[in-house]
Amino acid sequence: MVRVCVLNYGSGNVGSVFNLFSSLDVTVKVSNRSSDVEHATHIVLPGVGAFGAAMRKIRNTLPLETLENTVLGGGKPFLGICVGMQVLADTSTEFGEHSGLGWISGRVEKLDARGLPLPHIGWNDIAPSREDPLLHELQADTDFYFLHSFAFRPARIDDTLATAEFGERFCAIVQRDNIRGVQFHPEKSQNAGIQLARNFLGMS
Amino acid sequence: MKKRRLIPVLLLRNGWLVQSKQFRRWQNLGNPITAVKRLSEWASDELIYLDISRDETYDLRRDDLGHPNRHTIFEIIEDVSKNAFMPITVGGRIRSLVDIERRLAVGADKVAINTKAIEDPEFVSIAAREFGSQCIVASIDFREINGIKLVVGSGAHEVTTFEPCAWARRVEDLGAGEILLNSVDRDGMRTGYDLELIDAVSQRVRIPVIACGGVGNWGHLAEGLEKTHADAVAAANIFHYTDQSVFLAKKHLVARKLDVRPPDLFTVRELRI
Repeated sequence: MVRVCVLNYGSGNVGSVFNLFSSLDVTVKVSNRSSDVEHATHIVLPGVGAFGAAMRKIRNTLPLETLENTVLGGGKPFLGICVGMQVLADTSTEFGEHSGLGWISGRVEKLDARGLPLPHIGWNDIAPSREDPLLHELQADTDFYFLHSFAFRPARIDDTLATAEFGERFCAIVQRDNIRGVQFHPEKSQNAGIQLARNFLGMS
Repeated sequence: MKKRRLIPVLLLRNGWLVQSKQFRRWQNLGNPITAVKRLSEWASDELIYLDISRDETYDLRRDDLGHPNRHTIFEIIEDVSKNAFMPITVGGRIRSLVDIERRLAVGADKVAINTKAIEDPEFVSIAAREFGSQCIVASIDFREINGIKLVVGSGAHEVTTFEPCAWARRVEDLGAGEILLNSVDRDGMRTGYDLELIDAVSQRVRIPVIACGGVGNWGHLAEGLEKTHADAVAAANIFHYTDQSVFLAKKHLVARKLDVRPPDLFTVRELRI
């Protein structure tokens, strides 16, 4: 049975993320308790706002040791969303230098939009770099909803699962083993978001 | 490539969906829930809700004010967030960080701040630091007074001395992530956007500008994208005149080779309220 734990650390979009997974008729729990992390089959880290503020709240409220044991050690499917994806990196330069979880090696830096207006707000298509179950039945030009100014730059080129273009080509989905992160908001991406969520829940 | 956006605006006044003319006259269009469901099913790129209720201007002659079907903006946002999975901006009556937090808590992604920004510009900075610039939309209303376009606040009741381009730059510097630019004079007039001013503002700032005010046909939406640097075109009244309005508008924009997300369908589960 699929049991989703949406990690609760006071991120603004936790309700919308809960709604998305709940619509797929699986058990969803919004929690920051170790037991719920251990009991879950899938773990989701939502996120909006600034990197530093998110990391502070994550360190203060989430059971990081349990998370690292179950995700890094145990191989449980994990999905980070927006800032929840960016914090997987080692560091970010948003409002000063901040360190992240370091689960996928890389840096978060301001998008080089080459004169296009920032933040990058709106629907943009993604281009998969390779095949992955997360992209099942999602065509190459599927639009997702983005709302951000900073982007994840993975240290290893292989960790980029899909890219999008806004002034520069940047990492839209990062993936290493069971850990995945999406820069866009599946919970705001209508049909495409539902399909992506369904694909994530299909992993084990 | 990022698509430019088409954004229906829903005006809510004392719990009812209304149509507005120059910020002075309102026509009741009925229960907002039906419209919300329709716009969600036609896969709008985003939705903007503006609560334009003004307690002191309650029209007591209206016999529907006591109607039990009125909904608060919070109930509407919460229900849409549960069923439609689309980006939502909420504006109107936002005067504190708690006001913002309450709207985000029920599922809003962004808030639009207008009068409070004029009265207390520092509030924009504080809000951007707290919730991130991507969350803060500066809503700017302007009208022409003695041949000069000026920013107005309090639902166009208060005229400022700010020139729209300069004010747009100011709110950008303060930390706003987006600008919603609306012409009071053209509101509800169906004569098209104020293309000149919209383009001037969108060229002056480096954040996205949403054009609003005056759309009377799909061609006006296309003009807004063709003749200005606005990132998004918004309209209110026109989306309520015809069925499949978002679909038809998108079809028109696609036919004119504009970079918008193609028309789509989305199945909205039962809205509960």
